[in-house]
Amino acid sequence: MQHQATIDGNEAAAIIAHLTNEVIAIYPITPASPMGEHADAWSAQGRRNLWGTVPGIIEMQSEGGAAGALHGALQGGALCTSFTASQGLLLMIPNLYKIAAELTPMVLHVASRSLAAQALSIFCDHADVMAARGTGFAMLCANSVQEVHDLALIAQAATLEARVPIIHFFDGFRTSHEVAKIETIGTEVVRELIRDELVQAHRARALNPERPVLRGSSQNPDVYFQGRESVNSWYLKMPAIVQGVMDRFAALTGRQYRLFDYVGAADAEQVLVLMGSGAETAHETVDHLLARGEKVGLLKVRLYRPFDAAALLAALPATVRRIAVLDRTKEPGADGEPLYKDVLGAVAYAFAAGESPLGQLPLVIGGRYGLSSKEFTPGMVKAVFDELDRERPKNGFTIGIHDDVTHTSLDWDAGFRSDAAGEVNCALFYGLGSDGTVSANKNSIRIIGETTDLQAQGYFEYDSRKAGAVTISHLRFGKQPIRSSYLIGDDQAQFIGCHQTIFLERYDLLDKAAAGAVFLLNTTATPETAWDTLPRRMQQQIIDKQLRFFVIDAYRVAQESGMQRRINTIMQTCHFAISGLLPRDQSIQAIKDAVEKSYGGKGDRIVELNFRAIDDALANLHEVNIPDRVTSTFERPPAVAANAPPFVQQVTARLIAGQGDRLPVSAMPADGTWPTATTRWEKRNIALEIPVWDENLCIACGKCPFVCPHTAIRSKLFDPARVSDLPPTFRHMPVKGKEFPEGAHIVYQVAAEDCTGCGLCVDICPAKDKENPGRRALNMAPQPPLREQERVNFEYFLALPEFDRREVRNTVMKSAMLLQPLFEFSSACPGCGETPYLRLASQLFGDRMLVANATGCSSIYGGNLPTTPWAQDSQGRGPAWNNSLFEDNAEFGLGMRIAVDKQREQAIELLDRLASHVDAALLRGLLDAGQGDEAGIHEQRERVARLREALQPLDLPEARQLESLADSLVKRSVWIVGGDGWAYDIGFGGLDHVLSCGRDVNILVLDTEVYSNTGGQTSKATPRGAVAKFSAGGKPTAKKDLAMIAMAYGDVYVAQVAYGAKDVQTLKAFMEAESWPGVSLIIAYSPCTAWGTDMANNHAMQDRAVRSGHWPLFRYDPRRAASQENPLQLDSREPSIAYRDFVSQETRFSMLWRSDPEAAERYLGVAQQHALDNYRHYRQLADLSYATPGAEKPGQAKE
Amino acid sequence: MDLRTTYLGLTLKNPLVPSASPLSRSLDTAKQLEDAGAAALVMYSLFEEELQHDQEVMDDYLHNQALGHAEATSFLPLHDSMRSRQASYLEQLQRLKQALEIPVIASLNGVTPGGWVEHGKALQQAGADALELNVYYIAGDMTVSGAEVERRYIDLLHELRQHVSLPIAMKLSPQFSSIANLVGHLERVGAAGVSLFNRFYQPDIDIDSLRVMPQLRLSSPAESLLAMRWIAMLHGRVKLSLAATGGIHDHTGALKMLLAGADVVHLCSTLLLHGPQRLTQILRDMEAWLEESPYESVEQLKGVLSQRHAGDASAYARANYLQLLNSYLPGMDT
Repeated sequence: MQHQATIDGNEAAAIIAHLTNEVIAIYPITPASPMGEHADAWSAQGRRNLWGTVPGIIEMQSEGGAAGALHGALQGGALCTSFTASQGLLLMIPNLYKIAAELTPMVLHVASRSLAAQALSIFCDHADVMAARGTGFAMLCANSVQEVHDLALIAQAATLEARVPIIHFFDGFRTSHEVAKIETIGTEVVRELIRDELVQAHRARALNPERPVLRGSSQNPDVYFQGRESVNSWYLKMPAIVQGVMDRFAALTGRQYRLFDYVGAADAEQVLVLMGSGAETAHETVDHLLARGEKVGLLKVRLYRPFDAAALLAALPATVRRIAVLDRTKEPGADGEPLYKDVLGAVAYAFAAGESPLGQLPLVIGGRYGLSSKEFTPGMVKAVFDELDRERPKNGFTIGIHDDVTHTSLDWDAGFRSDAAGEVNCALFYGLGSDGTVSANKNSIRIIGETTDLQAQGYFEYDSRKAGAVTISHLRFGKQPIRSSYLIGDDQAQFIGCHQTIFLERYDLLDKAAAGAVFLLNTTATPETAWDTLPRRMQQQIIDKQLRFFVIDAYRVAQESGMQRRINTIMQTCHFAISGLLPRDQSIQAIKDAVEKSYGGKGDRIVELNFRAIDDALANLHEVNIPDRVTSTFERPPAVAANAPPFVQQVTARLIAGQGDRLPVSAMPADGTWPTATTRWEKRNIALEIPVWDENLCIACGKCPFVCPHTAIRSKLFDPARVSDLPPTFRHMPVKGKEFPEGAHIVYQVAAEDCTGCGLCVDICPAKDKENPGRRALNMAPQPPLREQERVNFEYFLALPEFDRREVRNTVMKSAMLLQPLFEFSSACPGCGETPYLRLASQLFGDRMLVANATGCSSIYGGNLPTTPWAQDSQGRGPAWNNSLFEDNAEFGLGMRIAVDKQREQAIELLDRLASHVDAALLRGLLDAGQGDEAGIHEQRERVARLREALQPLDLPEARQLESLADSLVKRSVWIVGGDGWAYDIGFGGLDHVLSCGRDVNILVLDTEVYSNTGGQTSKATPRGAVAKFSAGGKPTAKKDLAMIAMAYGDVYVAQVAYGAKDVQTLKAFMEAESWPGVSLIIAYSPCTAWGTDMANNHAMQDRAVRSGHWPLFRYDPRRAASQENPLQLDSREPSIAYRDFVSQETRFSMLWRSDPEAAERYLGVAQQHALDNYRHYRQLADLSYATPGAEKPGQAKE
Repeated sequence: MDLRTTYLGLTLKNPLVPSASPLSRSLDTAKQLEDAGAAALVMYSLFEEELQHDQEVMDDYLHNQALGHAEATSFLPLHDSMRSRQASYLEQLQRLKQALEIPVIASLNGVTPGGWVEHGKALQQAGADALELNVYYIAGDMTVSGAEVERRYIDLLHELRQHVSLPIAMKLSPQFSSIANLVGHLERVGAAGVSLFNRFYQPDIDIDSLRVMPQLRLSSPAESLLAMRWIAMLHGRVKLSLAATGGIHDHTGALKMLLAGADVVHLCSTLLLHGPQRLTQILRDMEAWLEESPYESVEQLKGVLSQRHAGDASAYARANYLQLLNSYLPGMDT
């Protein structure tokens, strides 16, 4: 029996994978993670597979580990699967060769994603699966959510029969995250297709001491080659087996697949060949062209490996004259991409061998499309057909970009629309990630998908920023199957919903509105005043396209109906009420039914509140009368200020404005090199409230700039006598202290347009109003009225000279915070617990810092276009940053240090050789420079400048060499930065090696205790009892003690810090780590939004973690041992609150009490004891005597 | 010795009933209380604020985890067995009913009428033997009169009475201008009993941080006298059951309450301090006292020193207070 469901591609694959396997080894990677998350959650809930057992789930430390575990489990005779993408697939490759060569059946589900090359990209292309072509895995490609579901099962059945393992792949995001209405496969169909005798045969081949065999031998030149060829017959049989399963599947479900599916004219002369979601768009376009009598066709490749050339040729119409093969991958230096070469080879060989069923030898051209989810539209498909029409079509073409450098690109008609476009109802929604727009839209798709006969599709564009992230939801509804695997284009949307008023100044919201469309705006403006809040261009579009314009004050309605700031149900209700998709009453009832269903048993009151909000939404929805002319006096402001540098104006600004697709190849840096210090040009204005400084209360402690996650509050010192042009509202106050010059004034200035409004500066502020202790030296106030005033003040602040670094006492907080931050305005979440550590490092060492950044949150808010927070000082110095991979970051950073050291060594050698040409005092200074403080660094820089002057007139090759190496004479600070997923799991082997090597690197582990960036999966840093993805039932084991492992080396500086619990300890640790000339490791407690707790509680969470003993603070300084002092100093006291008080305040722990209270109590009991024991253990270690037996400690008097 | 008593229409084997506390959260401790001799058990309270917060959190779990970032569309996995506080409470009630032989009294703690009817019906359906309604309300609004505050209690009870057939006890605070009148009114509306008195947890001020902090302090025996006075004054004048609660730490405290007229004596702080076995001790001590006393049953003992029977009716009235005060000498306490 078949049922319908509205689900995404990942869930469609995971349903089959979980049902037909026994062991699932997982590791998170975007966009495949949700498959593992589903599988883990289902097993945690006891969902059983086809044979009545709950599949075992094991999270590994990397995809390499997952592949190893799979290999072992397969050899153990289990049915196994995994899910991965991109770099994860690359890490699996060594094992995939083994698994395939041992003829082991399994299916690996891959949500295809670009590989990290000139940059990382999480979006879709086929570079990953193409890199696995040589492994011996078969490859089966699904093009839509329905096909993912179907081919997942076909793959599972076929692999058992063929004994060839299969990579089942589909397009990341476009298919993995597309929500669509599909026919689900009933268990009886699965039962019918999966043959138990094949499962038993697989088990019978397992390693078993009852009938021992040996696999994995080492072979010599005499037999390896023959052994490699011995599997051929399995590969030869495989296509027929797959087709056989496809046919049986068709008999059971009515959905027929073929190895190569042809659609188009029987007498087509032009045929496209491709695979993946793009084939759906091509299908839609071919249908459009066929209706106009064109002789075109499309060949969808399903079984890509083993490549059945005969089946390919048989599927092509004999009339074909020209073929364009489209690859969603790029192989630099090749004379064509893989699918092109395969098709070309098949066609050419058959013709030359006289075996071709085709009437003639067609011209076969190849091209690239869709890299990193680049749009692939019907207009582009049409352009490829048009190219085939040309006398000499371009080979090695690109479509979808403008290549003005090597001129590979084809032009296309952006206005081309297929017939299908006219048959669907399109709706677009602009929302904030945090306002629930996406979840409401997913809900709408389900409602329509499940309560009507309409087909439904939802695709969601997400933001690369985390704070104030914008989402654009693309919804399509129609009577026919929806094949449009591309975004809703200009003039196509019948409905546009703008859920945040601020977007009026950021986006051209109505470009995509179709004539007569409905525009819904959430605004505080009334129906009478709303028109005047629109920019001129939008007003003109409303008039020209004859749009209907509705407004609602959704935040007010939400507040009044008890929903607080949750507006998604309200906006959803408005959409249903005015889009005309369903009769109004029916649609409202459907929303209410959905609300009841989704909260069933989990909250009657919320259901009531939602119902009230739905009714109130309808009562407060108003249509605006449209005047017949434009009355607005303003246009949308430019993306960046007019004084931004040229590159920012020409490139960055267009990325910010959402016009990156229009940039030509020539605008791109060819080697992935981008300028730093660009976030300062992107004024996002996302804070609803900002802190306002009251200088009359301030005690200049420096805590607010220290904790600010976005570097949006800063301090500077200046002499008021020397300035005359202070802005009228610029605040400052005299500051006293021996570290400050006489008469100096200090200012704490807020960057109002960059602040996210997290409120942590107010939270930390210790200066209270004596008469009103609720009021502090910082207090939150609404941003809009302050925006212009504070913009002027912040500009003035920036123009004030920086405090001389040599004068800063960087062990004193208020003084250290005068150092210029060289990490600013990142796109991290509001209240982020990681970024204050990075900002601190940038203040202390940024002007001579090299950063190796592991993939993760910090590489995304640190290096995701359009802008980067890593900044530069007035001399143009600042952190130089790179992200290599996730797994190799420690090694990557070590490499930087080795290079720096080698260059310094070479520079010293050259100085020696050129000694006679360089002033002796200068030479001595350069070689003996003490660079332990800012003054020393400053002097060395001056010496290097003088050295350059001295070298310049010398006509010697050594002089030129030394000029290119002279910078290395100034001390470099190498920072290896990453999260716990890197340090504890995937990168631990490398990290451990670097810890052991004694080189001068600083390793900063931003420990959020989960894989934050990929959505909160369990790492070995996750504490016992915490609920996280992949630990849906609570993590049963303890957190790994990384510090203890590092301390075991003896010569590694190790610190465990939590800046919100003890700021000065953090400051000390950073200074000590940098000054230790060996390896330093700082493990930094970093509260994270992934914990499910409001980040306004960041500091309190850190404080409780320390006081409960969960996170003891300490520093282990190997230098102390030399003076017979214990290297370990414990900086936090014995646990003073119960562990229960720590866990009960954090959702990640407390949610387990809702699902499994007994396990929660059990974990709590063990964790409580562990915290006490652990502290005691550290205490004992810290109390050990390091005095030499019989000898006194230096300076210790005898008693 | 016959220790039986009647409370809310339920015949109990003795008058010792643990009041709402975390001890009923675990089946183990609940069983230990029964084994120690508890005659009935008031479950931990289902708090209205807790339910409200719970539903907001649940809403966040279900629909508001997203940041809008492509790599993380949510963070925390949702378990199908995840339960709302109300559902967990009902499940625990059912488990207690299955595991224990003594009556289980469910406890609702809240302030607004909305929702209580639904909760009350659900508790009845889940098998509660009775319902204790703890209307936790600080009347801080200067525009609300004392009569209006009392009206809240009465309306709430009235509303609940329409839909729930279980016996209902109202747990009251001492902060009413005419407690006797209110209790009489509650009886007329259908209360089966009153429990005197509820203790409000009082906030405290931390003089170091200059912050107002919540404080949890266990009761002390001195607190019990207020309830004793009012029970003594109500006994025999109302037909509904009287429960004494707050500050009863030993058998003398319990006996005094019974003598004043209580039908049952609630124990909490002493059990939290000394564990469930404390109840056995109190019971034994009570029995020993009774053995020595002229009384043959608890029923006989109940109310012999109530205001009606005390002989000197003014013993519970204000004049006595003045007399005491006049005889107070500095240093008497020390």
